[in-house]
Amino acid sequence: MAAASALTWETTDGIAVVTFDLPGEPVNKITQAVKEEFIATFEALGRDSEVKAVAFFSGKRDAFIAGADIEEFVAITTASDAERLSAGGQDMLERVARFAKPVAVGVHGACLGGGLEFALACHYRVASDHAKTQLGLPEVQLGILPGAGGCQRLPRLIGARAALDIILAGKSEPAGKAFRLGIVDELVPPAILQDITVGAARRMATGWRPKRRRRGGLAGWLLDGNPLGRRLVFRTARRQVLATTHGNYPAPLAALEAVEYGLRHGMKEGLKREAQLFGQLAVTDVSRKLVQIFFATTQLKKDFGIDNAPKPAEVRRLAVVGAGFMGAGIAGTAVVQAGVDVRMKDADLTRVAKGLAAAREILDDRLKRRRITRYEHARLVALLSGDDHYTGFGKAELVVEAVFEDLAVKQQVLREVEAVITDRAVFASNTSTIPIARIAEAARRPERVIGMHFFSPVARMPLLEVIPSDRTAPEVTSTAVAFGRRMGKTAIVVRDRPGFWVNRILAPYMNEAGHLLLEGAAVDELDRLMVSWGFPVGPITLLDEVGLDVAEKASGVLHDAFGDRLAAAPAFAKLVRDGRLGRKAGRGFYRYVGGKRRGVDPALSELLDIHPNGGPRAAEVIQRLVLVMLNEAARAVGEGVVRAPRDGDLAAIFGFGFPPFRGGPLRHADDLGAARLVGELERLAERLGARFAPCEVLQEQARRNTKFYP
Amino acid sequence: MPGVNGRRRVAIIAGCRTPFCKAGTELKDARAVDLARYATRELLERTNLDGPDVDEIVFGQVVPSALVPNVAREVSLLPQFPKEIPAYSLNRACASSGQAVSAAHDQIALGHADVVIAGGVESLSDIPILASRRLADILVEAGKAKSLGARVGAFSKIRPRDLVPVTPAIGEPSTGETMGQSAEKMAKENHITREAQDRWALRSHELAARGTDEGRLAAEIVPWLAPIVTQDNGIRRDTSLAQMAKLKPVFDRRYGSVTAANSSPLTDGASAVLLMGEDAARSLGYEPLAFIRSYAVAAVDPGWQLLQAPVWAVPKALERAGIQWKDLGLIEIHEAFAAQVLSNLQGFAAKGWEIDEEIINVMGGSIAVGHPFGATGGRIVTTLAHEMKRRDAPFGLVSICAQGGMAFAMVLERR
Repeated sequence: MAAASALTWETTDGIAVVTFDLPGEPVNKITQAVKEEFIATFEALGRDSEVKAVAFFSGKRDAFIAGADIEEFVAITTASDAERLSAGGQDMLERVARFAKPVAVGVHGACLGGGLEFALACHYRVASDHAKTQLGLPEVQLGILPGAGGCQRLPRLIGARAALDIILAGKSEPAGKAFRLGIVDELVPPAILQDITVGAARRMATGWRPKRRRRGGLAGWLLDGNPLGRRLVFRTARRQVLATTHGNYPAPLAALEAVEYGLRHGMKEGLKREAQLFGQLAVTDVSRKLVQIFFATTQLKKDFGIDNAPKPAEVRRLAVVGAGFMGAGIAGTAVVQAGVDVRMKDADLTRVAKGLAAAREILDDRLKRRRITRYEHARLVALLSGDDHYTGFGKAELVVEAVFEDLAVKQQVLREVEAVITDRAVFASNTSTIPIARIAEAARRPERVIGMHFFSPVARMPLLEVIPSDRTAPEVTSTAVAFGRRMGKTAIVVRDRPGFWVNRILAPYMNEAGHLLLEGAAVDELDRLMVSWGFPVGPITLLDEVGLDVAEKASGVLHDAFGDRLAAAPAFAKLVRDGRLGRKAGRGFYRYVGGKRRGVDPALSELLDIHPNGGPRAAEVIQRLVLVMLNEAARAVGEGVVRAPRDGDLAAIFGFGFPPFRGGPLRHADDLGAARLVGELERLAERLGARFAPCEVLQEQARRNTKFYP
Repeated sequence: MPGVNGRRRVAIIAGCRTPFCKAGTELKDARAVDLARYATRELLERTNLDGPDVDEIVFGQVVPSALVPNVAREVSLLPQFPKEIPAYSLNRACASSGQAVSAAHDQIALGHADVVIAGGVESLSDIPILASRRLADILVEAGKAKSLGARVGAFSKIRPRDLVPVTPAIGEPSTGETMGQSAEKMAKENHITREAQDRWALRSHELAARGTDEGRLAAEIVPWLAPIVTQDNGIRRDTSLAQMAKLKPVFDRRYGSVTAANSSPLTDGASAVLLMGEDAARSLGYEPLAFIRSYAVAAVDPGWQLLQAPVWAVPKALERAGIQWKDLGLIEIHEAFAAQVLSNLQGFAAKGWEIDEEIINVMGGSIAVGHPFGATGGRIVTTLAHEMKRRDAPFGLVSICAQGGMAFAMVLERR
C-alpha cells in the first residue's frame, strides 16, 4: 500500500479490520485522495480471498469522520464540476454498498455528512453510547445537500419523515437517538464497540443478515409506507421549510426534492437527481456565504482578539454580582456550558434566591430536554450557590458584574469586589452602554477590568462582545474570550466605544423603524418586510423583546456620543412614558397576554398620533432600514470598533440575526458596492435628512473602488 | 508546637451550620444529604478553601436515610471536591459530630491527613419509614421469585396489616425506655424540680435570643435559601416561667416534671467544622480559632441514669488535658433535657467542682437552638471555639450526653 496512507487493514480469522486515520489531521475527512484510497482499498479487500468480511473503524480518538473536505468543495467554481464531485462520492459509496463481502462499521465520535453517508452505505452499523458520538447530515447549513447518497439511503432506512427531520434541519443527533430512529443497528459501550462490530461482520460472513423493521407502527406505515402518505409528508415538510426560510435558502427545498424524487423514481434516478441538485446548490451565492461564515467561525475559535494573545487564565470559580435576569442567565449558562463553580451575590437574600432559582431553570430546561441525566443535573445544581455577602469571591478567577446600568453603582461594586478578590482575578462588567474605561477609573487594578457584554436571554443568545479598555492587560482579554467560548458563545473583541458594535449598528436601524412608523408604515408590516428580507424578527418585535426602556437608555448614550445622527426616533420616548416597555411589561408595540403575543396594540395610533396609510413603499422601507445600518457599520469599522470585517459580520449574524445568507452587513455592503451605496445614501439624505449622509469609509471606498473584504 | 501529649496539634479553623429548624417546618423539604452538602459547601465559601486541599470528610448521623446510608461520601462527592477524597459516616448517637471532630483530630494527629472536614446532620423530617417485618419478608421472597406465578404467590400473602409502616423507635433497644422517660427518672432520682428545669430552659431561650440578636450566633449560620431561613426557629422570645408552668408533663402525666418546654425539640439541620494540623494551617494561611487539647468518651448502664455519663467522660478529658475544672473559661453542655443538664451539673458539683453558670452555655443550648442529633456536636464545637476566641478563654469544655448511656467530652485550648 502507498506510504502515509489513511486506510490500513489487518486480517484476522477472515475479518479485515480497516482503520481510517488521516495522517496529519486532527479529524478524519473525506478528500479526493481519501476517496481514491477507499476505492483502491475495497478493490484489494475484494481480491483478497482470505477476507470474508470487513469491519471498519476510525483511528482518531473520539472522532469518526467529520465529513467531506470543505476546502476542496470551495475550490469548485462550476455546477458541473460540483455535480461530478457529488457523483464521484456516490460512486465510491455505491461500491461499498454493493461490495460482495459484508461491511460492518463501528462508529465512535462525530459521524457527520459524508461520514454518515459512508456509514449508511455499510451493511451493519454499531455506534458507541458515548456523548461524543453524534450522527448527522449538516450539509444544508452550508447551503448544499447530502450529495453522496445521503438523500437516498437515509429515507430508505428510517422512513421519509424521520430522514427529512435530520436532513432539513442539518442537526446532529446523539447516538441514542440515532439508535431509536434506526440509523444504527446497535448501541454499545465504547469499550466493546470493536468486538461487537467485528462479531457482526463475522456473522454476516456466514450469511446472517440483520432484520430491520420499519419503526413507528401504523402511523409510520400510513405516512412513510405508501406513496399517498409520503405525498402528505412532503407537502407538510415543504410548507414548514418555506415558513422558516421565506424562500431565502434553496438548499432544504432541493434536499426535499432529492429525497422525493428518489423515492418516486428509484435509487438510480434519485442519485442522479441528487448530484444534479448538489451541483446547482454548490455554486449559489447563498452556499458561498454560508461556507464563508463557517470558515470565519472556525477561524474565530482560534483567535483571541488580540495580537500575540497570552495564555488565558483557567477559570474554575466564576463570581457574579447582581442576581437579576442577566446575572442569573450568565450564572446558569456558565454552569451548564462550562461546568464552572458559580457564586452569585446580590444585596439581599430574596434577590439571591430568586436569581439562583432563575439560573437553575436553565439547568432544569436541559434536564427536561434530556440533554443531561438527572445525576448530571444534580451535579450542576451543586455548582450554583449564592449569598448576600461576598463570601467565596476570594476563590474567583473571574467576576462578572450584572448590576443596574449606572456608572456610580458599577464603580461601587467594582470597589467592593476588588477588596475581596485576589490580584490575579479579572473583573468584567456586563454593561451594554457604559465605557469600560469609565468604570475602570474606580479600580485599583484597572488592567484587570474588562467588558463582557452578553445578550439577553443569555442562555439562548450566541454572541459575546468582549471589550478591553486601553488599560486592560492582554492576558485579561484572552481570559475573557476563552471563558466566553467555554460558555458556548461566539466571542468578539470590540473597541471601547459607546454602544460597542452591536448596539451601535442596531441603533440607527431601530430609529429608522420609528421614523417609518411616524410616516404611516404599519407595525406588523415593518416586521413582516424585514423577516422576509431574512431577519429572524423585525425591528419592532426586537424593540419589544429588548425592552423600550433599555433601548431608550442605550440610544441616549449613543445620541450623546455621536450627535443627532443617532437621535432616538421621537416615537419611542412616548411609549416608555406610557409604561409600554415591551414584552416584559405585557405591552409595547404589541400586546401580550400570558406571555403570548396578541397582535398590534390598537391604542398605539392615538398615542403616537400616527395614521397607518401604508407609509413608504416596501422597497423603500427595506432600503432605508438596511442602508442606515450598513452606513453606521462602515463608519464604526473606520473607527476601529471591530478588528476585522469578519468580526463585524459574525457579530451581526450571531448578535441579532443579520441574515446569514447575505453574509453580514459588511459583506452585504461589498455585494452592493460602495459607489451604489453612496449614491443611494446621498439621495436619501437629500430627501430625509443628514442621518443618511454616507460615511467617510464608504465614500473613500467608492472613490478608490475598494471593499471591506479583499 | 506539639500537643499536650507530644503529638501533632490539631486546629479548629472554622465551623458553620444551617439554621436549626424544628422537624416538619422550614427545612422539611430538604433531605439530610442536602443539608450536609450545603453546610460543607458554605464552609468552603466562608473560608475560601479549595476543595482539593481537603484530605478526608467525616460526618455523624444518627438516623441515616435508607437511600443515602453513607452521607459523608455524598458530601465528598460535591463537585467542589476531587472525587478521590475518602469519606465515612459514623454514629455515636447525639455525640456523633463531636465524635466526627475527634476522628478528624486523630487522623491529623497521626499525620494521615492535614485537612479534614468533620460534620454532622440529621433530618427528622426525612427519616426512613420501614415496612413491616412480614411485608419485608414477602418482598424479598417476591424479588427472588423465578417465575411470574411464584411472584404472584408471594404477593398474594400480603395482608392489610402488613402494609402499616413502622417508624424507627426512639426507645433504648436494651431497656425499652424512651429518652424522655429516662430524663423523667433522672429528675426524680436527682430531685430536680420542675421549676429548676423550666428556669434552665428559659435561660437557654434568653441566651440564644441574645446571641442571635447580637449576631454572635447568627454568624455561625449559613442562610438556607429555599425557603429563606437565616435563624434557628426554635428560639422563643415570647415565653415566661408562668407560661411554661402551664404545660403538662409528657412522660409522666401524674408526677412528672419533664415537659415540651424543658426538653430539646426534634430538629433538622447540619453542621460542618474545618480542622487542620497546626503546621498545615500555617502553610495554608489560616488562623486557628482554637486547638483540640484532649477528648474522652464514657458509658454507663443504660438501665441506670441514661444521660449521666458526662460525669465520667468530663474528668477523663480533663485528666488527659492535664488541667483542672477551675481552669475552664467556657463550658458547653448539650441540653437534651433541662433535667439532664441539671443532673450532670449536680454530678460535677459532687466532685467538689464549683459550678459557675456565667460560663456555661453562654449562647443558650439545644433546648432553645434545637437538636438535630447528628449535627449538635459540630454546632457546640463551633460555638465554643468562636466564643473562646471572642473572650480569649484559654480552655473550654464540650460535654455531650448520648443515647445508650454514653457521653463525649472534649477540651479545647486557645494557644
